[in-house]
Amino acid sequence: MKILVTLKPVPNPDEKVKVREDGKGIVRENIKTVVNPFCEIAVEEGLRIREAHGGEVVVLTVGPRESDQQLRTALAMGADRGILVEAAGDLDSLAVAKVIAKVAAEEKPDLVLNGKQAVDDDNNQVGQILAALLSWPQATFVSKLEPDMGCRKAKATREVDGGLETIEVPLPAVITADLRLNEPRYASLPGIMKAKKKEVKLVPVASLGVDTKPKVRVLSLTPPRQRSGGRKVADVAELVSLLSNEAKIL
Amino acid sequence: MDFTLPEELLIFRDTLRKFVEKELEPISEQVEEEDHIPDRIVEKMKDLGLFGLAIPSEHGGYGMSVLGQCVAMEELSRTNACFRTRIGTNNGIGSMGIVIAGTEEQKRKYLPRLASGAMTGAFALTEPNAGSDASAIRTTAVRKGDKYILNGTKHFITNGDIAGLSTVMALTDRPKGTKGISAFLVEEGFPGFSVGKIERKMGFRGSHTCELLFDDCEVPAENLLGREGEGFRIAMQVLDKGRLMMGACALGAIERLIELSTTFAKTRVTFGEPIINRQAIQWMLVNMAIDAYAVRNAVYHAAWKLDRGERVTKEAAMVKVLATETACRAADSAVQIHGGMGYMKGMAVERFYRDLRLLRIYEGTSEILRMIVAREMSR
Repeated sequence: MKILVTLKPVPNPDEKVKVREDGKGIVRENIKTVVNPFCEIAVEEGLRIREAHGGEVVVLTVGPRESDQQLRTALAMGADRGILVEAAGDLDSLAVAKVIAKVAAEEKPDLVLNGKQAVDDDNNQVGQILAALLSWPQATFVSKLEPDMGCRKAKATREVDGGLETIEVPLPAVITADLRLNEPRYASLPGIMKAKKKEVKLVPVASLGVDTKPKVRVLSLTPPRQRSGGRKVADVAELVSLLSNEAKIL
Repeated sequence: MDFTLPEELLIFRDTLRKFVEKELEPISEQVEEEDHIPDRIVEKMKDLGLFGLAIPSEHGGYGMSVLGQCVAMEELSRTNACFRTRIGTNNGIGSMGIVIAGTEEQKRKYLPRLASGAMTGAFALTEPNAGSDASAIRTTAVRKGDKYILNGTKHFITNGDIAGLSTVMALTDRPKGTKGISAFLVEEGFPGFSVGKIERKMGFRGSHTCELLFDDCEVPAENLLGREGEGFRIAMQVLDKGRLMMGACALGAIERLIELSTTFAKTRVTFGEPIINRQAIQWMLVNMAIDAYAVRNAVYHAAWKLDRGERVTKEAAMVKVLATETACRAADSAVQIHGGMGYMKGMAVERFYRDLRLLRIYEGTSEILRMIVAREMSR
């Protein structure tokens, strides 16, 4: 089974991000870049499927040259080879999905695994758009995946509001990984040493012949409101009165 | 000058940061209580490759640069000190003698097992009456046919109780002083070798320090490391790198103490304000940060020199003194910033305060190291 896993480099979610002065992005300096946690889960799932069924795991990222480190991390976890589509600046979901579709058309994987969304902009779109572009079936928010290569299909359990839904999709398909799909392994030192010898193909985005002009423009970013301190009230009556008159939520 | 760490090191550092935060730190207090690291954690450490950082790749390890080993030890030192001690001997004093002076046969026999963690290594020089003054050791080794017969007692031996292989210093020629010391590779189970008392200590719970007893212990002659009389020279070479690693360990602890203290100072309110707004507290934090910056540069610079193949006896000694004395000051400030809470069991700063005290004593006391620096300066 050939599995294509996509990785999005995101600002480290444990660090405090600041909105740029022009209000159209965040300050990237001194913020570490890490693999989007949901993409890490997708990598792990790809590796587990390969370990059970054989095959190849190819990891793909779209971003600046420095994204090599995120690809190498996935290779150190055990992925077989990497593809880095070099693109400067922020691409919107449609552009990224088009790039992935182009690579998928060339690589012809049985499965494309994405994280369900990236923790930076929480758009939750790439997997869905990609499936549409490829005209492949999709299973999103997957918490359990059972591929059956013989019958060329996969059973996917999806986390939906208030419960679980199990569906079956024919392969090839696009799967997006939810939090509970698995616990990703570490990039171990033996893995890191092996990854040094693995191939990462550099592909300039222009060479793909894909229109990556953004269709979405960020007008402004606003940081969350600063939390103000709590307040003690004397009794329930005062609380109710404050909630209805001041906070206006009752 | 380029201070960028190589990519593979950045990836490994991320792995270790996650491993410490997700797996080690949550059980840090449990380990403190039980004085034991759970086996499943040791297994994970093996999977990560932690036992073979320093051992060359042709012998089953990962042959990391000294700088790389420093980064690894720094990350692992952000939590309970027992964890990095568990892997420390295999990467340092418990294996480096073989790497430096071992025969091909000895290397093939022991290094792959030490690198995988299947076997734990220990280093036995210290005796009840000999530590800093190695020439005062009394353990003897007498050649008898194709064996050496060892007699004596070693103490304060880190990981001694779990070691499958100990590098033991013994006298083969007493009148020659340190030139009469030889090193032997002693496996657990050799006749006449046993583990004695396990010491109760101020800190480093979860890591055991033991007595090793040699009672007509039979060691095959092929387990002599180097030639007769080379033991002390081997030991000194092993210790240079060890001291640098101690600097890295102290650095990791200082960084963690700064984080813990800053977080606490931001949330602890007195007289209506977080104490981080008080200059008295700010200055303690700032001094910790200044010290950490100096220590980091000193550790990394000495590591860089050693990686270039330069002799770093003086630098390693200076780095260990600087880093460990700084760490103890940082721990003192951290406890002070935490106030009464800092004195309570279960608080990480309380544990660091006790654990870090050892760093000024073992692998060369501050006093011995200053002597070494003085000697180097007057050469």
